[in-house]
Amino acid sequence: MTERPHIAVIGAGPAGLAATLAAARHGLRVTLIDAAPEAGGQFYRQPAAGLGARRPQALHHQWRSWQRLREGLDRHIATGHVHHLRDHHVWFVERRPEGFTVHALLGPEQERPVEVRAAAGVLLATGGYEKVLPFPGWTLPGVVTAGGAQAMLKGGLVLPGRTAVVAGTGPLLLPVAAGLAAAGARVAALVESADPRSFVRRFPALAARPAKLAEGAGYAARLVRHRVRTLVHHTVVEAHGDQRLEAVTVAALDAEGRVRPRTRRRIDCDTLAVGHGMLPHTDLALGIGCRVDGVAVHVDDEQRTDVPGVWAAGEATGIGGAVLALAEGHIAGRSAAARLSGAAPDPNGWAGAAGARAELRRFFATLDEAYAPPAHWAEQVTDDTVVCRCEEVTGGTIRRAVTELGAADVRTVKLLTRAGMGWCQGRVCGPAVAGLAGCPETAARRPFARPVPLGVLARAGRDDPEADPDGDPDPEAEADAVDVDVDVDHQ
Amino acid sequence: MMGAACALYASRAGLDVVVVDRGPVAGGTTGAGEGNLLVSDKEPGPELELALLSARLWTDLAGELGGRIEYEPKGGLVVAAEPEGLAALEVFAAGQRAAGVTASGVAADQLDELEPYLAPGLAGGVFYPQDTQVMPTLAAAHLVRASGARLATGRTVTEVLRGADGAVRGVRTDRGEIHAPAVVNAAGTWGGELAALAGAHLPVLPRRGFVLVTEPLPRRVRHKVYAADYVADVASDSAALQTSPVVEGTAAGPVLIGASRERVGFDRSFSLPVLRALAAGATRLFPFLAEVRAMRSYLGFRPYLPDHLPAIGPDPRVPGLFHACGHEGAGIGLATGTGQLIAQVLSGADPALDLTPFRPERFAEEAA
Repeated sequence: MTERPHIAVIGAGPAGLAATLAAARHGLRVTLIDAAPEAGGQFYRQPAAGLGARRPQALHHQWRSWQRLREGLDRHIATGHVHHLRDHHVWFVERRPEGFTVHALLGPEQERPVEVRAAAGVLLATGGYEKVLPFPGWTLPGVVTAGGAQAMLKGGLVLPGRTAVVAGTGPLLLPVAAGLAAAGARVAALVESADPRSFVRRFPALAARPAKLAEGAGYAARLVRHRVRTLVHHTVVEAHGDQRLEAVTVAALDAEGRVRPRTRRRIDCDTLAVGHGMLPHTDLALGIGCRVDGVAVHVDDEQRTDVPGVWAAGEATGIGGAVLALAEGHIAGRSAAARLSGAAPDPNGWAGAAGARAELRRFFATLDEAYAPPAHWAEQVTDDTVVCRCEEVTGGTIRRAVTELGAADVRTVKLLTRAGMGWCQGRVCGPAVAGLAGCPETAARRPFARPVPLGVLARAGRDDPEADPDGDPDPEAEADAVDVDVDVDHQ
Repeated sequence: MMGAACALYASRAGLDVVVVDRGPVAGGTTGAGEGNLLVSDKEPGPELELALLSARLWTDLAGELGGRIEYEPKGGLVVAAEPEGLAALEVFAAGQRAAGVTASGVAADQLDELEPYLAPGLAGGVFYPQDTQVMPTLAAAHLVRASGARLATGRTVTEVLRGADGAVRGVRTDRGEIHAPAVVNAAGTWGGELAALAGAHLPVLPRRGFVLVTEPLPRRVRHKVYAADYVADVASDSAALQTSPVVEGTAAGPVLIGASRERVGFDRSFSLPVLRALAAGATRLFPFLAEVRAMRSYLGFRPYLPDHLPAIGPDPRVPGLFHACGHEGAGIGLATGTGQLIAQVLSGADPALDLTPFRPERFAEEAA
């Protein structure tokens, strides 16, 4: 039997799993590389086994499609066509003459290097991350991201607090509020900045996905059942507390997206779950040299990036939720299977997924217009509000870099103020800095998708990875080049 | 940086200055540099004279702006691994000393006192107390601000305007004309393109360099520390990749690691082999760095002229056009001296240094 062509799929969320199953079913050997201990990604985040959750499905919808993916993955692992690398934190994908090398770090401290070598193709299913815009008090303990609150619910089964306010904008807020209420928290308010009239205006486009609307209506009904007060076209203007969060002040917005005078009110709470939508993870794509449009990886109808041999699917190519990610992942896996085997792909084979993709992209584009942070959110950021938490850079410092020192873009603001130079490399504060500087959000170039020890970098991709750069053997620091063939030779 | 320094000294000479940039402040090579003000890597000659003049002017500026531009006279330590390398380094340093550089030999057993975390077994080194660092983006921004010049960012020069007699009378930009009897070309790596707009040949080429930046650390690397072979790389004409370890701590905490040189045009793609070589070189000099994480890396394009000297002064081919570009990897350090020389020739004074070695038309002569 001839050797199956090898593809590395990065990310085991909905997109990566769908891609893996499609690619393996249609003739590829897949190395599925993921940072989590279990497959599922953020969407199908699994409770840690030790917690003994009896009914994890109570926290998830689409449990059945998850079970199908999980069973498919197990089946392909058993036949040896898929090799699943868990707890692998990818920091760089390198293009080499013999194929792609995926560089990852392993272990609790992310210090042990692992390389997946000579992949004919790479499929990026790196997902997205939450966008949070700053406001006075947002750094107080007790303020968490909406996604973080959901991850705690899904993964750790712990309640983040007793009295919660859920705030910001976006489709994530409803399930977070409903999940918190169902888990026993008192949700004092759901504060959504979007204007309900903008949904009414866009109703024809939204009604094209009745299932999605029904899903939203279902959450809304649960919120009513739990007596959660919903404040639409409102925003949190400040979080209060001495050592930790004690209350928030919310206010109504006017038609221009400014806070309306005399509408402020205080709501006591010990937890604020706040989120302003999602952003694609594009670091690895930019590192390979893929084109990125705005903040999302550019792909064609087959989910191919503009770099030969590199596909992308799911949130990395634009935020659109798990069902869209499944469709894109499936198409990417099918296209890669055909092209890496030297065959012409047959789009008729994935016509169903392509139809769902088109419809969902339209739906989410509309949703994205409707769910927007208040147009003038930056006005609420006082000069002493910390905007970059890693480097403790305030709103006033950023404003002065623009007005006094000639900065006009995020990069120059960063160089002049250190905003975005810290541990998170601007992933948290990037959108806020862009907003304060009055320039568009763009995807920042970060060559390393995560920090990498210099000792690892010094040996990365070498043919003699065990050797010390000086030539002296160094048994402490061996790079572990994964020979995937050993594990999947049973074909 | 070069434009900012020219603006500062020209304004102080009484001229009315407009700074035009197609990007933001420090958007070109300045924002991609380490901010070195070095004398240690320069052999005796016109560039070293310019470096010494510049160092004096930076010291004066530090009195005004020091903290805001992170001016840090930390000194440079050049180390040699082998006795032969050390002997060559000492000969080089003796020549520099004769030209006015302060340089003191450091024996192998004294290296520890200067840099306790340095790798053991090195042959020795030379210490250069005049080597200094600034944060280059802050320096450029604060010099422009201190100059009081009008700052026109986000404006691309599309044409150098010339009168019937051929003399410069300003520039046309994508957002209107700016009239002036003198135009200073401080476009760095893009200085050749700007010269071409005025009809002058100036062969500035990009020489790519990467810098690795670590997580913030307590101060463990006290000086700018580099290996003796760095000097040879700086002076080299090769287009191929050269890396020699240059390691330094910064006021803000991260350690900066250079230096790579390669002529690959304006290729902005990240090169793992280059970053790997930088990491290997740095961990050889400072073994503790093997456990330290690289947070990011950036790249820039040094403005390189074939004889490694900048173009400074009036262009006799185009009356009213002045050049202040082509300083390769030393532009931050050489900016103050260059700015002062340009201000002197703009205002009709005698320049403090002989500009003959820097004359911008020298390449055209060679071509002819």
